Amino acid sequence: MLAPLTSAQSSQTPVITFAPEQCCLSINQFHLAYAGKPALRDLTLDVPRHRVTAFIGPSGCGKSTLLRAINRLHDLNESVSHRGYIALEGQDIHAPQMNVTELRRRVGMVFQTPNPFPMSIYENVAFGLRLQRRLPKRKRDDIIEWALTSAALWDEVKDRLHRSAWQLSGGQQQRLVIARTLAVQPDVLLLDEPASALDPISTLKIEELIRNLKSQLTLVLVTHNMQQAARVSDYTAFLQNGELVEFGLTDQVFTNPRLQRTENYITGRMT
Amino acid sequence: MKPLSEQSKRRVNWLNDGLWPWLCAACVALSLLMLAALLTLLATRGLGHFWPATLEEVTLTSGDIVIGQPVRETPLPLNAGMERLYFTGNRDINGANWRWIAVDDISAQTTPNDLIRLERTPWGDFIGRLVAVESDGQRLTGQAAWDYITTALAQPASQQGSSDLLLITADGHALRQPLSNVSHFQAPNAMSWGQKVTAWGQNVWRFLSEGPRAANTGGGVWPAIFGTVLMVILMSVIVTPFGVLAAIYLNEIAHQNRLTHLVRIGVRNLAGVPSIVYGVFGLGVFVYGIGGSIDNWFFSDELPSPTFGTGGLLWASLTLALLTLPVVIVATEEGLARIPDAQREGAVALGATRLEMLTRVVLPMATPAMLTGVILAVARAAGEVAPLMLVGVAKLAPQMPLDGEFPYLHLERKFMHLGYHLFDTAFHGEDVQAAIPLVYATALLLVLIVLVLNLTAIFLRHYLRRQRGNEC
Ligand SMILES: Nc1ncnc2c1ncn2[C@@H]1O[C@H](COP(=O)(O)OP(=O)(O)O)[C@@H](O)[C@H]1O
Ligand SMILES: [Mg+2]
Repeated sequence: MLAPLTSAQSSQTPVITFAPEQCCLSINQFHLAYAGKPALRDLTLDVPRHRVTAFIGPSGCGKSTLLRAINRLHDLNESVSHRGYIALEGQDIHAPQMNVTELRRRVGMVFQTPNPFPMSIYENVAFGLRLQRRLPKRKRDDIIEWALTSAALWDEVKDRLHRSAWQLSGGQQQRLVIARTLAVQPDVLLLDEPASALDPISTLKIEELIRNLKSQLTLVLVTHNMQQAARVSDYTAFLQNGELVEFGLTDQVFTNPRLQRTENYITGRMT
Repeated sequence: MKPLSEQSKRRVNWLNDGLWPWLCAACVALSLLMLAALLTLLATRGLGHFWPATLEEVTLTSGDIVIGQPVRETPLPLNAGMERLYFTGNRDINGANWRWIAVDDISAQTTPNDLIRLERTPWGDFIGRLVAVESDGQRLTGQAAWDYITTALAQPASQQGSSDLLLITADGHALRQPLSNVSHFQAPNAMSWGQKVTAWGQNVWRFLSEGPRAANTGGGVWPAIFGTVLMVILMSVIVTPFGVLAAIYLNEIAHQNRLTHLVRIGVRNLAGVPSIVYGVFGLGVFVYGIGGSIDNWFFSDELPSPTFGTGGLLWASLTLALLTLPVVIVATEEGLARIPDAQREGAVALGATRLEMLTRVVLPMATPAMLTGVILAVARAAGEVAPLMLVGVAKLAPQMPLDGEFPYLHLERKFMHLGYHLFDTAFHGEDVQAAIPLVYATALLLVLIVLVLNLTAIFLRHYLRRQRGNEC
């Protein structure tokens, strides 16, 4: 397991920093407000490369807001203001020379409810590829097979690639959305409660998928399910009211939290 | 106070006791009944007109003999029995095509097999008997004459040669009729059931495929069908991109503030503006304004006779496009609003630009809604008459707006329209009795065209949905 270099133990600003070559995303004093109403307050956090980092916290604490900030989806909403910065592999994502569509390709995002496009399974996975450059069909087919295999969906859909994606079950749809994201070979995959709308078996499949994917890329997982966070993540960050309360190795956060607030939340004594 | 509240309670119970579903069902049944009555009326009156009707030879008490097709009966005033209307044709001889005969005056009534009915280019129908055919000095009678006419009429007019029919009317009036002026020849009383059905089919086909005759009270409606459909297609081609782009702006691009809201209300209210107002606008702006300017700039050598500065196909299509624009905008906007934001975010999160998101995800999903808008627009435009009277419809257009002559589509030409044709036939014909069945037939045709256009679009929408396996 990757060990943090330093671990500041101040109760107000829990900071773990990683060596630059181990750090994928670096969030520094990031502050975000919807129409003047703060949703994230001075967040400072490093996300390690090729690890699964879980964000937990009560509803409305800003987990989704943070994920959307990393993908710059807030650009679509002009009532959002922010300051501080987020760096991906050392590059400031809000820098003027940063190409937003390229950033979004590098930072994939999977939402709570599966949102496959109303096209065939094949076209769903090809969607991101077609946005970039013209590939020979053979090459594209290979990438699509690879992406569907990585998302543990290939065996289930290989005979019906050209059927509508909306005919798949919810769990299959969510894995299709993951495959669609993987096809453009992102560096980071942001998962916003990817299994909360799914049945238990589909949930287990998604969790296994997440564990397998971390050899390829960095994963950030938002979840409401404590067991899920404990099962799949290496690091866990606990957010409350838009602030980072505690961040550490998952084992440590769940077995031996430093703060009472964290312990209360994990053991279900508060919501 | 108490009796009142008790009374109202009782009424509520009375409604609750299973009566209200019946009330709703009754309303549906009534609407369906009215619709069925409308279609039945149009179908029987309109289609019945093409049936080769039996001709009667009637002897009156006065000794006169009349040959004609009985059409209908009405009671005479003062209980004087019934009066029957006969279509007698022979306008050149009698001065009228119709004759009312009191039923009590009829002493004998027969249906001989040798009665014939001809359609001629001047004077309309002839009803009477065939005496002989004179062809190149030869005189044919009996079966030989019949065979000669049948084969001659089956050939194109240029190869018919010159021959004359010798005819005789009921009152013994002899007539020499060049065969080249005859378009149709029938002996309905001698026809078998099967022959009548065939003749009916042929008559319907002629109605659909031929141009009008005798000031729109005879002949077919093909130019009007063609004009209607062409105008509707042109209108759809104009209104669809405009409406869709406007809806995209309102729903996807504009900031959702008070102004957008006002614009939206304005668009919805435009749909309620009476159509004649659009006609006036089209006349003032398109015909006189834009059309006049085009004439001044490009067709000045033909002035003062206008080219674009008068009503025509282009201006009519533009006016109707304006009229149906709100329908398309509203329907498309509703379709766009139904698309979940998750779809848009999904595309953007994969690195799509806003334009790519719109064209690759949002618009395909909104296509069924757009089609619904176009269906509604087409249905409205195909039946609209009032604005067209100001901006380009003609009672009788000398040339079709689409022909083999460069530039093939003549946007400046006047055109014929089924709705206006209907109006003109009904109110401006000289022969009102002849117009009545044509009015019903034209109305039925107009309903059928709208139905076909709608079914096409509905089928297309269904197909698109099936292809995607969704129900959006
Ligand atoms: N589009 C938005 N406009 C305004 N406020 C929002 C918007 N999205 C989220 N918020 C607010 O921001 C806070 C954080 O929301 P969110 O990030 O969705 O929480 P979580 O995902 O942790 O449940 C909440 O108080 C929520 O009401
Ligand atoms: Mg959330």
